[in-house]
Amino acid sequence: MMPVKTFKIDGQDVSGREDETILEIARENDIFLPTLCNIAGLKPVGACRLCMVEVAGSNKLLPACATRVQEGMEVTTNSERLQKYRRMILEMLFVEGNHICSVCVANGHCELQWLAEKLGVDHTRLNYMFPAKEVDVSHYRYAIDHNRCILCTRCVRVCAEIEGAHTWDVSGRGIEAKVVTDLNTPWALSETCTECGKCVQVCPTGALFKKSRAVGEMVKDGQFLPYLKTMREVDNA
Amino acid sequence: MTNTITIDPVTRIEGHGKITIEINDDGDVTNAHFHVTQLRGFEKFSEGRPFREMPALMARICGICPVSHLVASAKACDELLAVRIPVTAVNLRKILNIAQMVQSHALSVFYLSAPDLMLGMDADPAKRNIFGMYEADPQLARNGVRLRQFGQQVIERLSGKRIHPNWVVAGGVSDPLTPEAREAILADIPEVKQITLDALKWFIPLIDQYREEIKVFANFPTMYMGLINPDGSLEHYDGVLRIIDADGNHVKDIDPRHYQESIGEAVEDHSFLKSPFYKPLGYPEGIYRVGPLARLNMATRAGTPLADEALKEYQSLDWEERQSSFYFHYTRLIEILYGIERIEELLNTPDILSTHVQSLANVNAAEGIGVSEAPRGTLLHHYKVDEYGGITWANLIIATGHNNMAMDRGVYQTAKRFVDGRKIEEGMLNRVEAVIRTFDPCLSCSTHAIGQMPLHIELKDQNGNVLDVLQRD
Repeated sequence: MMPVKTFKIDGQDVSGREDETILEIARENDIFLPTLCNIAGLKPVGACRLCMVEVAGSNKLLPACATRVQEGMEVTTNSERLQKYRRMILEMLFVEGNHICSVCVANGHCELQWLAEKLGVDHTRLNYMFPAKEVDVSHYRYAIDHNRCILCTRCVRVCAEIEGAHTWDVSGRGIEAKVVTDLNTPWALSETCTECGKCVQVCPTGALFKKSRAVGEMVKDGQFLPYLKTMREVDNA
Repeated sequence: MTNTITIDPVTRIEGHGKITIEINDDGDVTNAHFHVTQLRGFEKFSEGRPFREMPALMARICGICPVSHLVASAKACDELLAVRIPVTAVNLRKILNIAQMVQSHALSVFYLSAPDLMLGMDADPAKRNIFGMYEADPQLARNGVRLRQFGQQVIERLSGKRIHPNWVVAGGVSDPLTPEAREAILADIPEVKQITLDALKWFIPLIDQYREEIKVFANFPTMYMGLINPDGSLEHYDGVLRIIDADGNHVKDIDPRHYQESIGEAVEDHSFLKSPFYKPLGYPEGIYRVGPLARLNMATRAGTPLADEALKEYQSLDWEERQSSFYFHYTRLIEILYGIERIEELLNTPDILSTHVQSLANVNAAEGIGVSEAPRGTLLHHYKVDEYGGITWANLIIATGHNNMAMDRGVYQTAKRFVDGRKIEEGMLNRVEAVIRTFDPCLSCSTHAIGQMPLHIELKDQNGNVLDVLQRD
């Protein structure tokens, strides 16, 4: 039996198993934490930094998705400082891509859009970079629009961890980074892609989408993930 | 010495334009031009996009006629799929397209031009707007608003959204019509039909008051172009693309797939808007007009009972008289009537509530051309795609563009008659703007815009010195 830790989130007494993260316990207790890279069923990478929380006694902000619970910790999820950083992160995501909601396939079903609305990001203080990015429409069923990619790497992880194909990966560094299929070949030429479409379903924005869909029609369904993960654990047991 | 009057911006039109009028030492008008001062670039930034995005992307060209772009774009995309789309989808698209025409025509007639027609070209500019009109005749103003509302509501009831709906897609439409929406539209028809008949009764007696304007409001022989049914009745979605000459004789039925053989696009230094012309006659002899005037001058009948009667009355005017662009207003009203009747007819077709409204396919052709009649005239979208359906090239010929040469000449004709360089009065310049308003140009569409909406008239002398400027910001 795994030991149980008790601690506080925003002054509320909560408890969790020692292998659970602050984010999991917050969600269990209906405490909101914004996330973009995290999705239930995939390993956390702590990439988007939106779920950063304050923990009493630490000057560092800690990513709730990748921080295990500890006995007696006091977690703050929504201070003014955190709100400021979260808005800044979203603003930077917006300016370094080309996010045109009005003509996006995921308009109304986009996690980035939803979070911006929820956190009150109605403008950016930074200049838009308008980078020239590609759209790969070569695959007969799916497409990727790099203009809308926020590099959350959900597609990379779902492909490697769940489908086991590892078609997707990240190439380049910093502002040049982008997700690629195989060794940066057009998607249609990928030898490893099984065309399962899991990457499309977990993508939080309109970056990955089904080609038959028009503006606002791409409703993502990531619910299959926890199911697949549980089934796998049952098999392994 | 030449003086130039600049009207910038031209008001009560859609988009940004300016007019310059050149005047010699004697105060006579020696030249005048209509300039479209904005640039957009939709053709360029659609490159690389998946073709299925095109209808919604192209709809963003305009907030007034997004549906027209949706329809033409979707027709071009249908060709890329190389499928036949369900009859119900065709009829639903037709209803949407006509509803767009009704609301846009209502906007043009009642909001933009009726203030001139009702209050007079020389009326106080502060009153010469829909509010002044409301003071003078509340019922007429309300009727105009109601007609526009009807058109917009039809669009909303079909597509879920008044502006920029995403409902028209490659292969058809995304959702079927609901019985409730059909009933709601049908319930409004008798009222809006009556409103339109009343509007015609208001407009026709006005014609006599504007004889002088009629003579010079872009009143010259040109060819006309537009979609028409082979039987000579009005058509805004299917039909053949026909050109008739200035005497009303049939010139050619253009196969849209080969439009480039018939339509050239000339570029003038003074405007960002290209000047399409009929290629066999060359530039600028190949001048033609499009829009309600063209459609009704080409049609032998409208195709619906009340509009047929109204068209007959219009046709009782001399052919020569009907060359005046002033009659765009008249023909617009007749088309509203036709539109309402046609919506009713289409809603009563047997399969209109069918749920099979989209043909599914992947890209099967490398090139697609979609032609439809927008409120302002023939709209053409032409796309080329790579083997995966990514757009590699796009060309749009917008209704307003076809009328560019006629507007430019109309400005000169009107300025020559009404503008006296020795003493410029506001009413003179308003007439020069009013000739542009007859065409109901949509400039932001036509240049597919970087820029603002100001009107600027410059009066220049022969040496290009600016003598007087009338500026509206």
